[in-house]
Amino acid sequence: MDSLRRKAQQLLESKEVDCIIGYNEGSSGNVHAGFITTPGQAEKLIFDDRCKQNLGVYLTKHEVMRLGKLAIVAPVPVMRTVLILTYECQIVENSVKVLGIGLDGQFLDFNEYADIEKYLTDHCNEHPEEDKKLIEKISAMSVEERWDFWHETLKPCIKCFACRQACPMCYCVRCQVECNQPQWIPVQSSELGNMEWHFMRAMHLAGRCTGCGDCGRSCPLGIPVHLLTFKMSDVVLDNFNTKAGLTIKEPSTLSTYKANDKETFIR
Amino acid sequence: MSSIENIYKPYLMRVEKITNEAPDVRTFRLKFANPEDAASFSFKAGQFGEYSVLGEGESTFCIASAPTRKDYIECTFRRVGKVTSALSKLEEGDTMSFRGPYGNIFPIEDWKGKNLLYIAGGIALPPMRCVIWNTVDLRQDYKDITILYGARTVADLVYKHELQEWTDRPDIKLVTTVDPGGETPDWKGEVGFVPTVLEKMAPSSENTVAIVCGPPVMIKFTLPILSKLGFKDEDIFTTLENRMKCGFGKCGRCNVGKVFVCKDGPVFTLAQLKELPQEY
Amino acid sequence: MSMEIKSIQKDSLDKLFNSLKSRGNLIYAPVKVKNEVQFDFVEKFEQITDDFIQTTQSVKNSVFPKIETLFKFVKTGKEVKMLDMDMSLIPEIVIWGIHPCDVWGFDSLRAIFTWDTHDMFFEKRMDKLTIIGMSCAKADDYCFCTSVNLGPGSTKGSDVLLTKTGNGDYIAELVSDKGKALATSMPDVFVQAVQSKKEDFLVVVEKRFDSESLIPKMQKKETFDSPFWVTNSLRCLGCGACAYVCPTCACFDIQDEGYGARNIRFRCWDSCGLKQFTIHTSGHNPREVQSQRWRQRLMHKFAYMPERNKVTGCVGCGKCSRACPVDMNIAEQLQEIDQKM
Repeated sequence: MDSLRRKAQQLLESKEVDCIIGYNEGSSGNVHAGFITTPGQAEKLIFDDRCKQNLGVYLTKHEVMRLGKLAIVAPVPVMRTVLILTYECQIVENSVKVLGIGLDGQFLDFNEYADIEKYLTDHCNEHPEEDKKLIEKISAMSVEERWDFWHETLKPCIKCFACRQACPMCYCVRCQVECNQPQWIPVQSSELGNMEWHFMRAMHLAGRCTGCGDCGRSCPLGIPVHLLTFKMSDVVLDNFNTKAGLTIKEPSTLSTYKANDKETFIR
Repeated sequence: MSSIENIYKPYLMRVEKITNEAPDVRTFRLKFANPEDAASFSFKAGQFGEYSVLGEGESTFCIASAPTRKDYIECTFRRVGKVTSALSKLEEGDTMSFRGPYGNIFPIEDWKGKNLLYIAGGIALPPMRCVIWNTVDLRQDYKDITILYGARTVADLVYKHELQEWTDRPDIKLVTTVDPGGETPDWKGEVGFVPTVLEKMAPSSENTVAIVCGPPVMIKFTLPILSKLGFKDEDIFTTLENRMKCGFGKCGRCNVGKVFVCKDGPVFTLAQLKELPQEY
Repeated sequence: MSMEIKSIQKDSLDKLFNSLKSRGNLIYAPVKVKNEVQFDFVEKFEQITDDFIQTTQSVKNSVFPKIETLFKFVKTGKEVKMLDMDMSLIPEIVIWGIHPCDVWGFDSLRAIFTWDTHDMFFEKRMDKLTIIGMSCAKADDYCFCTSVNLGPGSTKGSDVLLTKTGNGDYIAELVSDKGKALATSMPDVFVQAVQSKKEDFLVVVEKRFDSESLIPKMQKKETFDSPFWVTNSLRCLGCGACAYVCPTCACFDIQDEGYGARNIRFRCWDSCGLKQFTIHTSGHNPREVQSQRWRQRLMHKFAYMPERNKVTGCVGCGKCSRACPVDMNIAEQLQEIDQKM
């Protein structure tokens, strides 16, 4: 943590960056995102097991972008987020300084995004064990059982859109749920409409999900919606042998076609 | 009609006449499907309502006809969103719905004996048309009536037949303008943006109220010119177009500071606007 | 209204429940679901729990449902007919074991739904409620009811307020006429009051700020224009979690469902925190950035409602702060405004 703080301080002192997005101590034992703009504040940066939020979500937020040149404290899912956002032209390559935190919790000073790619080749995050088990359990269900499971699970959703807002990949200016000509998905919370909303979101995340789990973590009702996007990552991995956000050279899996792509899904 | 109880339940209206005003801009003349509704309904200039094709949602526009013209109401809208697209598909004789009137009014009683200067841009003439006709119908109560109306192109000018009528009347001064490049070879009006034309016209602020309505950018540049011409903030009126849903200060959408545009507005003086946060 | 005090012995609480049930009331009470406690309609007394600090969601759903059908309509060819909802179908509901903060939430909702124009749907549902409140024996540091003129034993808005005493019996304060009538109708449940002081059984909730001092500060122009809002909302994600769990947030949308047999116009929850809330069709958005929307949420509760409706739009329950995915702690922020402005 000391090396992270030292680096942050130095970046702000040298005016190499204007703001560092990192984790701060929050209220009631929580941590929350902090926006460090002076060298003196670098002390406030922390990193521990509680620091799970994918801070990459702030890289496309207008009021944060206005702060100037940014650096970001980046555990592995955030690193992957930076690479996807770069590929998807939301940020410019090497424009955001990445203060990496490795899988082992060590600070990684990346000079350029190519270094991140190198690191990620053998340090990619996996789904947590309990999520893996749940996904296995759900995958083993019959179609009817699975439908019932999601129907029941998504029923309490109040459509507060915390899942979408927490997701760094959900940066659309106008989300499909807000498009009303035609109205694809109902505005209100309703049993089938909730399923439509979450399945649609999962589809849009297929091949783009970094596995941060923030969608599920942010749900005020504790609905495990991240299992949907996690499962999508598994499907993409099984079918195309790719993981999202490991490189800025390759477009996301579902927006590319390769001659050797499996086409077994076409029946 | 049970709308006395259920404030969300609209009147059913028959589309009596459709006028194509400009590309994608239409005026509907609406008559109450239920004659009792017609008898009990009244409104004043400046008020608005919620217009709807049932099943497609509601949309907010000012009532564009004058309260002096009984038996019907008119609305003018541009086809942009879901509701206005559905409205555009209606034909004469079709049924739609209307809820209202809501909001405050232009204080035309207070304006008696004064000169009136109307300034409108583009699709913002409709919200002003109601008060224009209202004061024109009570012509003897007011001194000079001047209307400055601008649109991007000649085709975008709405109420063309009425513009002609106003031009022909000796007791109304109408100045029309189109943005540079928007003129046609036979265009006889001004060419230039509304604020520029206003500055050139330099109307006197003496005993005059100005009523301004238009896109935010037009308002932004017009207000300083009015101030320069000596108009007091209390004598400059406009009507706000915040997003609304309910129309009676509950849904929260049009809340700006402590006011609800749907209850305390939509008509505000510049003096009142200066008291509000700039969230309109 | 003078308050009467009775007591209910611990083993006759189920009698109260069963009598209410047998009179045809639906009972909306806190139940344990997985790791959470939430309000739900219960059939049996045993389902109810009182072992919780706060439920995730408020009980506003009972008078301001997520979806309220406003009317139905039928289209046949060019003919359109509108059909009213049958308001007599709205059930009598007893809200059981609700904490004083949540109870007072109804008052804010009433202010919104009945100022100037009266909202029939809200009023009809409100008329059908009987509120049996339960004082708080537990709190956490998200709770700040004492900062907004309430408290863990506040009787405001309840018909009956119960306070659990040391031996498990309850002090029953009969707050309203409805509460008194209820007690009179069940003399074997509501018995002679015992000599115990309610205050001894209430949790102490620390006062974070004083709303009397905060409100005038919130109403100052300098507060509105302060850079505080941008600095303190940079991490706000702009979701609706805070508003949807809030007992007093009442913003709504009106939508139509016009497909198939279900032709209805309804209102559903909406939130001033969502970007789309105020956006014009032209694309112009009066509250363009999140700091403006966060400010609106707090201003509405602590500046606009106190002036317009003579109530504070916040009951200090802390639900929003607990639900917030990014730790936007409302009490902390209000405290900061109270101290700095």
